[in-house]
Formats: sequence, structure tokens, C-alpha cells
Amino acid sequence: MTAADPAVAGPHRYLEAQVRWRRIEIAFWIAALLPFVVTPAYLQLASQIAITALFALSLDLILGYAGIVSLGHAAYFGVGAYAAGLLSKHVWGEPLSGLAVAGLLAGLAGYATSHIIVRFRHLALIMLTLGLGLLLHEAANSAHFLTGGADGLQGVRIRPLLETFRFDLYGRTAYAYSLAVLFLVFLVARRLIHSPFGLALRGIRENAVRMPAIGSPSRAHLRKIYTISAVMAGIAGALLTHTTSTVSLEVLSFQRSADVLVILILGGAGRLYGGILGAIIYMVARDQFSGINPQYWYFWIGVLLIAVVMFLPNGILGGLAKITARWRGRWP
Amino acid sequence: MSAVLSTRGLAKRFGSLVVAQDIALALPQGVRYALIGPNGAGKTTLINLITGMLRPDAGRILLGEDDITSLRADARVKRGLARTFQINTLFPHLSALESVALAVCERQGCAGTWWTRLPGYRDAIEEAHGILASLRLAADCYRLTSELAYGRQRLLEIALALATRPKVLLLDEPAAGVPKDESADLFEAISGLASELTVLFIEHDMNIVFRFASRIIVMVGGRILVEGSPEEIARNPEVRTVYLGAERHG
Repeated sequence: MTAADPAVAGPHRYLEAQVRWRRIEIAFWIAALLPFVVTPAYLQLASQIAITALFALSLDLILGYAGIVSLGHAAYFGVGAYAAGLLSKHVWGEPLSGLAVAGLLAGLAGYATSHIIVRFRHLALIMLTLGLGLLLHEAANSAHFLTGGADGLQGVRIRPLLETFRFDLYGRTAYAYSLAVLFLVFLVARRLIHSPFGLALRGIRENAVRMPAIGSPSRAHLRKIYTISAVMAGIAGALLTHTTSTVSLEVLSFQRSADVLVILILGGAGRLYGGILGAIIYMVARDQFSGINPQYWYFWIGVLLIAVVMFLPNGILGGLAKITARWRGRWP
Repeated sequence: MSAVLSTRGLAKRFGSLVVAQDIALALPQGVRYALIGPNGAGKTTLINLITGMLRPDAGRILLGEDDITSLRADARVKRGLARTFQINTLFPHLSALESVALAVCERQGCAGTWWTRLPGYRDAIEEAHGILASLRLAADCYRLTSELAYGRQRLLEIALALATRPKVLLLDEPAAGVPKDESADLFEAISGLASELTVLFIEHDMNIVFRFASRIIVMVGGRILVEGSPEEIARNPEVRTVYLGAERHG
């Protein structure tokens, strides 16, 4: 993995090399600016992709790193979306503070539920997260006075970003805003993954039995990452509210929880960029396929999912990593 | 001499099967204990009870003067009670260095820190590397655990336990699955551990037991049959009939 021989360079240098920014990462983030020039007509879509990528990134932290499989992660996305919507409707419409409040509330919801979540694994965990998601969805559906129920939340008014940039029809502000937030949250996630805490999470994923035997309070670690992940999902939800000026019940739906799981698995879990890549492929595919055939586009997503799981068990990013490793092995 | 680890009236049953009954131990500091007995005698169960992986039905466990019976497994480790596993219980996709660094970080209390990068913890990394080097694993420490040879993985088991800086180290068949000629090397490494460390190991090979243990505990059917020096155990007629004579292991 490293260019220099690590055995000569010492343990510190070896670990330093693992956390260093790679050139392809920098290239990726620069390329993320391309839609402004190359596809200015698709900036709304690009903004949706950035939001979905952020949501997938939040799931990656718990699924890819800590091994918590969730089918109800939309709960925190939805809490963030509604928090941002209600705040702008009833209190104030300034987006950045709205983002903070939404993240905080989603985090509180995450922390509260984490106490139950971390006690379970495997199938029970999947059912539990699914149940919590459904619960919240129906609660929002029935609380018509607050959320607007199935009609969606009306009257969301968002002030211009930094009191300067209006959320325009073309999505210029929306994409700039979503991308900037995605990047900042990504930096936090990246730092977290390369911290001792990130190592502890990988330890839990690799062997939950051994962790207590090295003195690790695994459940405390899991509660912490679950809360952090919920904050990030909440921020993603708030971004959706801010960039679309509406909140529909769909933000809490099972469909959204399932989609983000599909996206992460497509892209490759436990790789930080897997969710982002998955979001790009999934959202572009949905945009294209639904243009060809609006009713049956999930057919193609199904084909894509089966193909990836069968031929690239670690997702597209996992497959790419394997190919480049082989390629490097052949031509060192 | 006061005991570093002791148990009083420890008992555990699974349904009608008694796996531990009235276990009273008192291990003084620095002594190398071998725990022997036929398969199913309850040796691993005893380690699980002492380390908190199983809850006893009755009895108490003391580390020094402190009652640790109600503590969680990870809290016991923090107090200085470490173990290894008979079947490799490692982190397959972490490198050996990362695995041991993780254990060091947990001990130092920095494993919950998520805003500082791991390379910032130079002391922890150097210490982890030092532990691996002391077990002659330095050359392999950048490889993934799953890529290490089996014997090296057995050493990594011990390295992980040492990283917790134990007062008492419980080794559940440290040489399980290791070829005979290599298992002596493994026990050389174990006997080279700090002399103030109390070690209890489970082992079936009697040559190893008599060579490396200063005291021997014999368990049969969930009870301690006898405890004594290797000479006493070798001469004990009960041990001969119940264990050494009746059942040979290999």
C-alpha cells in the first residue's frame, strides 16, 4: 500500500502513510465542482446527489465501520428534515442555524435510540431499526397538525444563504451549499475514521468478542458513533428541506432507508467514498432510466444491484481497489 | 503472601450440567500456574468466569483486595486481568500493529477520541511496536492479521493481552494447534514475561506443563481436584488414576 518500505520507515510513518490524502481524493473533490461548468442544467440533480451522498456517508459510519446494519436510518434524516422545515416555518428561516438545530435534534433522537440499538446484532438489529423507522413515519403521518401529514409540510420559507445567495431555480446556490456541507462533514468523518476511535470501531466490526477482552467498552463506542451518524443524517435531511423548500412524508419512508442501504452497498461500504460513488451512480441512473421509462425504472436498479453483489461483493469501490491492486502488482 | 487473584465458592451450571463447583483459588504474584484436566473439566469455563465472559451462579472473585464479581469484562481488564483465547480471537483485517495499538489506546483511555489522528499518539504506537518486538513480531507487524502464519497469530493473541498491562494473565491453551517443536518456543516467550506477572495457562502437553509451571492445578468435573508443585502432582495417586492414567491427550 505504501510506496516506501514501512519496515524501514518505522511504525509511526506506516500509520502516517495510511491517513495521508491521496491524489485521487483531491482530484475527486475538484471534479465535484465540474457540474457548475459542464452540466449547469443539472445542478438541482447534483445537489440531490450531494445530499444523498451525505446521508449514505452517515450510514457508512455505522454500517461500514461499526457493523450496525440499519433499515431505518431515514428516521434521523426525517427528524432533521422536519426540524429544519418547522423551524423555518415557525421561528426563523436562516439556513445555517437551521442546519445546526436539525443536526442537534437528530443527534438527540439518535442518542436516545442508541441505548436500545447497541444491545442487538444481526437480524434482531435489522428488525429493530426497521420498526423504529416505521414508528416514526406513522407518527409523522398522524401528527397532521404539525407535519402536514401525507400532504407534506407547507409554508417552509428559507432565507438566502449568508443573507446573500438566494436558492434559485437553477440550483446554483443549492449545489454549492450541499456540496460545501458534504465536504465539511466528510472532513469530520475522515478525521474520525483515522482516529483511535475509528480504529476501535473497526475493532468492533472485526471481532466484537475480543473487544471487551482488551478492555474496550464496546457499547459506549457504538452509542457514540450511532449518535454522530444520526447528527450527520439529520444535517442531510435539513439540506433537503433547505434546497427544496418543502418537507414531504417521504423523508421518513422505508423506501428512503432501503435506498440509502442499496446506495452504500452499490458503492462499497466501509470505504468512506463508497456512499458518495453509490449516490452518484444511483441518482444518475434513476434520472436516466426514469426518463426512458418512468414506471419501471427500479427494474434497472434491481439489475444493477444483483450484478454488483454477484460480481463485486465489496461494491464498485471494492472492485476498483482490487483491480488497481492487481494492476500495480503486475507493473510495479 | 497475599493473593493477586482469588476466587471463593465459585459455581456455575448450564441446566443440570455442573461446569464449576466450589472453586477456591488463591494465586500469589509472579507464580506460573498450569491448569490441567481432561476435556470438559471446566478449565475454559473457569477462565470465562474469572474474566467476566460468564456470570457465576454463586461465589466471589477478588483481584487483590477488590471484589470484581459484578464488574463487566472490560472493566476487569482495566483492573489488570487479561486473557487469551484457545481459538484465535483476533481482528483479521487490522494489521498486527493496529490491533495492539488499539489495545494500548483502550488502556490509556484515548480510544474514544475522534478528533485526533492515530499517528498523533506516538507513545501508544511506540509501545505497541515494542510489545510486538518483544514477542519477535516486529517484522510482521504491518501485515494484516489474517495474512500472518498461524503460530504468529498465537503470539499476537498474547501481545494483545500484554498491551492491557495485566497483573494476572490467563492463557487458554496458548499453543493450541501449534506444532510440537514450535510450542516450546511459544512457552519460552511466555516464561520470558515480566517476573512480577502472575500467569495461569491451560495446556495439555505434560512435558510443557512440567517444564514451565511452578504450580499446577488439576480440575476434574468442574471441581479442583488438587493443587500443588509439579513434584507433588506427579506423585499424587489420585491425579494418576483420574487424569494422567485414565486419559491421555495428544
